[in-house]
Amino acid sequence: MSKSPNILLPALGVTGIVLGGAYGTMTRSYKADEADIARAQAQAAEARLVSQEEANTDLKSQIALVQDTAKAKIAELEARPATVSLTAPAPMHDGAMGLGREALVEEIAAWDVDVLPDGRGLPAGTGNAFDGEELFADKCAACHGDFAEGVDNWPVLAGGFDTLADEDPVKTVGSYWPHLSTVYDYVYRSMPFGEAGTLTPDETYAIVAYILYSNDLIDDEFELTHVNLGAFEMPNKNGFIIDDRPKAEYAAWSAEPCMSNCKDEVTVTMRSVFLVNTPEDGGSESVMNNATVEGLPSFTSAGASFIPEAEAKVEETVEVAAAAVEEPADEGAALIKAGEKVFKKCKACHAVGDGAKNKSGPQLNALLGRTMGSVDGFKYSNVFKAAYDEGRIWDEASLTEFLAKPKSYMKGTKMSFSGLKKEGDQVAIIAYLNSFLGD
Amino acid sequence: MDEMHKPSRRAFLRGSAAAAAGSIAGAASAQTADPLITDVQDWASITGVGVDETPYGLPIEYESHVVRRNVEWLTASPISSINFTPIHALEGTITPQGCAFERHHSGAIEMKKDDYRLMINGLVDKPLVFTYADLERFPRENHVYFCECAANTGMEWAGAQLNGVQFTHGMIHNMEYTGVPLRALLNEAGLGAAGDLKDKWVYVEGADASSNGRSIPMEKALDDVLVAFKANGEALRMEHGYPVRLVVPGWEGNMWVKWIRRIEVSDAATESREETSKYTDVMEDGTARKWTWVMDAKSVITSPSPQMPIEHGKGPLVISGLAWSGHGQITRVDVSRDGGITWEPARLGKQGDTKALTRFYLDVDWDGAPMLLQARAMDETGYVQPTKEQLRDARGENSVYHNNCIQTWYVNAEGIAENVEVS
Repeated sequence: MSKSPNILLPALGVTGIVLGGAYGTMTRSYKADEADIARAQAQAAEARLVSQEEANTDLKSQIALVQDTAKAKIAELEARPATVSLTAPAPMHDGAMGLGREALVEEIAAWDVDVLPDGRGLPAGTGNAFDGEELFADKCAACHGDFAEGVDNWPVLAGGFDTLADEDPVKTVGSYWPHLSTVYDYVYRSMPFGEAGTLTPDETYAIVAYILYSNDLIDDEFELTHVNLGAFEMPNKNGFIIDDRPKAEYAAWSAEPCMSNCKDEVTVTMRSVFLVNTPEDGGSESVMNNATVEGLPSFTSAGASFIPEAEAKVEETVEVAAAAVEEPADEGAALIKAGEKVFKKCKACHAVGDGAKNKSGPQLNALLGRTMGSVDGFKYSNVFKAAYDEGRIWDEASLTEFLAKPKSYMKGTKMSFSGLKKEGDQVAIIAYLNSFLGD
Repeated sequence: MDEMHKPSRRAFLRGSAAAAAGSIAGAASAQTADPLITDVQDWASITGVGVDETPYGLPIEYESHVVRRNVEWLTASPISSINFTPIHALEGTITPQGCAFERHHSGAIEMKKDDYRLMINGLVDKPLVFTYADLERFPRENHVYFCECAANTGMEWAGAQLNGVQFTHGMIHNMEYTGVPLRALLNEAGLGAAGDLKDKWVYVEGADASSNGRSIPMEKALDDVLVAFKANGEALRMEHGYPVRLVVPGWEGNMWVKWIRRIEVSDAATESREETSKYTDVMEDGTARKWTWVMDAKSVITSPSPQMPIEHGKGPLVISGLAWSGHGQITRVDVSRDGGITWEPARLGKQGDTKALTRFYLDVDWDGAPMLLQARAMDETGYVQPTKEQLRDARGENSVYHNNCIQTWYVNAEGIAENVEVS
């Protein structure tokens, strides 16, 4: 947000208050608060000073003093031996480099949209949970659930009150976020996932209102606006303290450490929950570790209490190795195998195979030949609903085109994936999906 | 662990096990002449690859297992996720860019240098826009710094979880950055308008769809923060913010905003999503610490470790590891082989750079008995890396972030290492 539209005033040479208002309109009519106005007035004073030359030497010397303090601070920080390194810092040129160009008002307005906790930076607008519910279902629910309860591993936005001291705290907007400004700021700039920057201020207010509503913090008629958002008190607003490690930990953990006989005996209390396979084609596979701490030696200053017998080796590893290098039976099988690998990109949102269920994307069994938008229980975007009504069918051609650039083939799809660029990947994944023809 | 190895490599090791066992038992004793020496090998006879073959080289295929890896179930989508540096297989301190961990909130983006713009606005005398070419005309500096995700080792709050140092400690990399001090750019825009700088902030924001934004206090911004455009001598990789990223030495990786497009001087912290709902540390009583920026001193043994078993049997063994501190230089690392009963000072590979990885070694004669391997770092402030117990006593188990505990590997008599917790 623009915490300081006033800085433009001297350059533009217009009275502060008037331009402050005009600037506000350009930055989506945000309402300047008193601090902004006060600062604008101070800057307006400076602007007049510039035009009147030495009319007010007193004020001018005050400004000079502020600037000198800033320079002195910079000089002091630079002079500080920042590192033990012998390298010299780069020389400073004190604004005299003349590099870059002045940012235009409309450029600042386009990028400077962040919102501060007190609401500074909010554009004019309004929205309520009633309108927000529909928007949320359309734009957010695929990942966050209809009731903001979260789908799969995507963030839960509602509930979790009084769990922060539990073994598994549920950190939601309602239970954890200290400022409502953050919700507006994040939704407006960074959401929906894969379509950031497409919401209007009114839509954003409505979605934020729905998130509050789903947390039982407002009723569905409450109008959330740029005027009341900054003052809205979140339940956990007092739940944060500024980093206190220096006091709470550093002093206690800076004693000369023990070097010998630091403990009498040490035993293993827990073994790794997961073993991790690291396959040749990348990624990893976590496998539960069934080994227990029974049978492990304890340790004293004399070393291990005993040497356990060698554990039975897993001889099948060798067979796996042999199987892994075997070539697939034919080209078709090789293609399906390649497709399985490409499908890793899709797995987070789509399931395929026996018992595949809808995730944040629909299940993909028997996809080829299926009517678009036809999976029971999946909430499709409008473009897919329309395709269903038209009776459009997924075939190789349509799927290839869709996979190459989902958002241009199906304008408005909720699928955030940007597309499979390689033709080989498209062919392979279709072959893979085609191998799941079951129900 | 057997599982940690590429099947083919494992098979190879088994295949040659008989011969290897002989050589371990008596390296000096007479045996059959080695055909690798007595026979003329292909590579010693036939010519190799020409200079026009590999304009930009990748590691040889025999090292293809040394790659970043992700753990699929940790996150909802690989587009907003993390992968891990293969620190078990690296040596020295510099992380090659191609295997340095990635963390994206909306995926890595492809941006041309020509399309790059950096805006400085807010409480400055003159709001400015720089192009990439403009940045290259400011005096530049070179520094080596580590970048560690605040969530590195975060799984381990709940006990020993993933069996591999790549997965427990791999959200870290260490590169030599070339860039312009942020203070030079702020100075160019002029800080007169900001007045007293001590309560001022800069808000930094990325150009990707997540527009990840963080607030940095002015004192840090004017200290050692770099606006960097090269790493390890070459352009940043796409996944690390090409063409320009922020480098915030010693502070959590989330603040090292990639594809940085805007720097705003402000009179308050923005309290963005990434500095309120994330990257805040919940204590046992449910209150949370915020603005926990510095990465405290930490170390870990990278070999032996679960992915790096001892395969040579008894005798000389190099214990190798990494140490780092966001407060400055590593001054000392101690290693224990008995779970913290006895400690020995390790040898530092070289004097540590400030806020950069330091390599340490303990060269031992392994008697083949089981070990509980631990490392403990100290930095120039005198801070000593804490145990898991100390951390849990201070914070509980729900902090997620900033777990700099002493890590334990149980190494059995066969040299296989496992992630464990000890009493």
